[in-house]
Amino acid sequence: MSSLWHQLEPLLPQASKPARYIGGEDGMQTPRHGPGIVSWLLTYPDTYEIGLPNQGLQILYEILNERPDAAAERAYAPWIDLEALMRSEGLPLFSLDTHRPAALFDVIAFNLSAELTYTNVLNCIDLAQVAVRAEGRGDTDPLIGAGGHCTSNPEPLADFLDFAVLGDGEEAVGDITEVVGDWKGSGRPGGRAGVLRALARVPGVYVPSMYRAVYRSGRLVAVEPRHSDVPAVVEKRTVADLADWPYPKRQLVPLTEVVHDRLNVEVFRGCTRGCRFCQAGMITRPVRERPAEQVRTMVSEGLRRTGYDEVALTSLSTADFSGIEQVVADTVNGAGCSQVSVSLPSLRVDAFTVGIAAQIQRARRTGLTFAPEAGTWRMRQVINKLITNDDLYSAVESAYSQGWRRMKLYFLTGLPTETDADTLGIAELARNCVALGRSHVRSPSVTVSVGGFVPKPFTPFQWFGQNTVAELRRKIGLLRDDLRRAKGVQLKWHDPAASLAEGLASRGDRRLGAVIEHVWRRGGTFQEWSEHFDLGRWQAAASACGIDIDGHVHRHRRADEVLAWDHLSAGLHKDFLWQDWQDALHEVGLEDCRWTPCYDCGACTGYGIEHVVASAVPPAGGSQGTGMDTARGGEVPVRLLERKPEAQSGRTLVGASA
Amino acid sequence: MSRRRLRARFSKHGKVRFTSHRDVARIWERSLRRARVPVAYSAGFSPRPKIAFGLALPTGYSSDAEYLDVEVDPAWEAGIDDGTLVGALTASLPTGMTALAAAELAGGEPSLQHAVTSCTWRIDAAAASAREVSEAVSRAMDSSELLVQRERKGRLSTDDIRPAVHAVEVQPNINDGVRLIAELATQPRAARPGELLASLRVPLTLLRACRLHQWIATDAGERREPLAVAELSVAGAGVAP
Repeated sequence: MSSLWHQLEPLLPQASKPARYIGGEDGMQTPRHGPGIVSWLLTYPDTYEIGLPNQGLQILYEILNERPDAAAERAYAPWIDLEALMRSEGLPLFSLDTHRPAALFDVIAFNLSAELTYTNVLNCIDLAQVAVRAEGRGDTDPLIGAGGHCTSNPEPLADFLDFAVLGDGEEAVGDITEVVGDWKGSGRPGGRAGVLRALARVPGVYVPSMYRAVYRSGRLVAVEPRHSDVPAVVEKRTVADLADWPYPKRQLVPLTEVVHDRLNVEVFRGCTRGCRFCQAGMITRPVRERPAEQVRTMVSEGLRRTGYDEVALTSLSTADFSGIEQVVADTVNGAGCSQVSVSLPSLRVDAFTVGIAAQIQRARRTGLTFAPEAGTWRMRQVINKLITNDDLYSAVESAYSQGWRRMKLYFLTGLPTETDADTLGIAELARNCVALGRSHVRSPSVTVSVGGFVPKPFTPFQWFGQNTVAELRRKIGLLRDDLRRAKGVQLKWHDPAASLAEGLASRGDRRLGAVIEHVWRRGGTFQEWSEHFDLGRWQAAASACGIDIDGHVHRHRRADEVLAWDHLSAGLHKDFLWQDWQDALHEVGLEDCRWTPCYDCGACTGYGIEHVVASAVPPAGGSQGTGMDTARGGEVPVRLLERKPEAQSGRTLVGASA
Repeated sequence: MSRRRLRARFSKHGKVRFTSHRDVARIWERSLRRARVPVAYSAGFSPRPKIAFGLALPTGYSSDAEYLDVEVDPAWEAGIDDGTLVGALTASLPTGMTALAAAELAGGEPSLQHAVTSCTWRIDAAAASAREVSEAVSRAMDSSELLVQRERKGRLSTDDIRPAVHAVEVQPNINDGVRLIAELATQPRAARPGELLASLRVPLTLLRACRLHQWIATDAGERREPLAVAELSVAGAGVAP
């Protein structure tokens, strides 16, 4: 019997929150292991509470288990107390589904959603009792893979990963299963190098060991394939139509508390708002909407099956979904006897959105969150978040007038060209929002949450030198001083020290691997958790490994410079990104290409697919990057046109409504 | 306006016993919705389903005798006593949790928290010598006080749990130690299985504990279960942990 349950069970009474190690969730699959089966351990390198709701992992879990030639189970990073017990008992990392030792799987695949989890990736490989460095693994050791947004630059983990999947994983996991299955079935020809060579030929699969990094005078000058049959540039995978992938069909319902503990239905993937700081919006293009009818079915069946009373319609900007109003109304009204609330995690800043929110939060009206991201219109043109102050004020006024008392506003600081006037504009906006609230409710409150900006690969800001910790602290200090006596405004901020470590891992090249390993070997796990984060450990590691932090993080990169991820592609042309970077520096905004002509960013043309958008008309609301002078505030006709998706609909010009 | 309340008894065994009391509350909220039981909600800003649980079962313990009271829509047509409800609830609960019985509560029945006065526990503990444990239990039952230390708000205090220990039986026949069947009071001062073991002052390590019964003391000096035996269909009761 390969289950570790009976060894784990006596340890659990000594572990905090033991329910996160038991599995048994509704929706758990019954994996079939055996000959001819490629087994996957899908691993989230943070705690169960954070990792369980991850939609990417759940989607692949179902897709793999539906295949006759694959079996998938799940693992999460054990918390520090259980890890210590496991290490003292010699117990390896295990799956939750059948408590199978991790090393018995053919593939251990990590979801990389955040750079600060990288040290946990190393820790999980080590706990699996597999060599942490890829070069130390033998023919029968599991293949260590990764997917998720951070694989757009997997170079800092290049020494530890056997492969990384770029882009959507739905189709790639099947291709990988077939390659690994064939290799195993035919006696592992060529050993480990043989299967890696074959994997490197799968579209969207990047095998770091098949590439050589070349440095000159301390600078990366090339990352080159070692073999002629290995692609010089690895393109990401993109599924053309979400309607073909109605997953998860059986969302996992955890037995213990997790974040986002609700039904989640993805309504579209991709975003063309074009916010220049937003990596997710850039690398997931083009926009692919799920048909409204399928959304309705997934919502109603999901609620009935799970027993949840809350559903989130997820995407990068859900109010942009064609026909969002009707879908929301159907959900709220079609729920039957029990009360269902709907949440829209990424609210657009306009009164129209607030109108939808009022409709759906009838049951439990807690707080509203908006993300203006920057304090002045000038700054928002730079970052291409084209909402005017009036857009924000009308949204906030509309919310207060409909009974909300608490508002949360998200901002970034340390943005390109940011001046102190821009930073202080954040405080100004917050104060004005509270003032607006006073005419509607007794004690309005606005929470301002400020994060230090970290430039990400495949964005126009990938060339920008991140602000230093000292500079970010100074800017937060400006806001603290300015808001010290502002009634009703609470200021919260993200630790600038953590932003530095994130920046190091985000745009680093392969030399960062040594730093990550150094931090991990000195106990630096769970770096996403502020109580475990220690910048000193990262600085010591960088200095021990001879890594110049300034050069990697704070330096502006040049146009002709080789970037660590230049041999990978998220579909975006590098010259498009550079032009967008120049536009940013000139404070030129760029309209949403769903409703305006194509800028040839490369995402559609490169993959021969189109935006799949059911409405050719931009949604009502504020200016919102559409470039349209749509009326704003409560007076907008909150009615959307719903159309059948047509091949060209995403491209249709709508000059009439401008 | 008459309130209509449903009381259900359920067991908790196996892996799912590592869920906490709060986890179990959330599990029940979802399971009742899945079983299409029309739970009543509180009024106000943040409506909550009207579900009341009895005494918390410590995380990691199993049980044959967990209870909850649910206020339901008075207009609910489906019969509460109908055997199909128990089956529907079990089908909606996770593996390891089984609905054992359900019945409509008479008006004025006090809450579980107030009504329950003692519990019967099956406690398996690792021990060097079963005889030594038997002797320690005899001594404990003969003595007038049983002192245990407990930490409260960071301060140690000493409590006498003897009044809360109603009965203890020792069964020396498990593999690696002893099995105690103990009836421990839940009020005014509750005694927990771990405290009973500590009070015996012999080397004992708790391995497994299972709540077998909850009891309500009657005015007549007798005891009854929150769901009377006649209404019980304890098919799943007594399952080994």
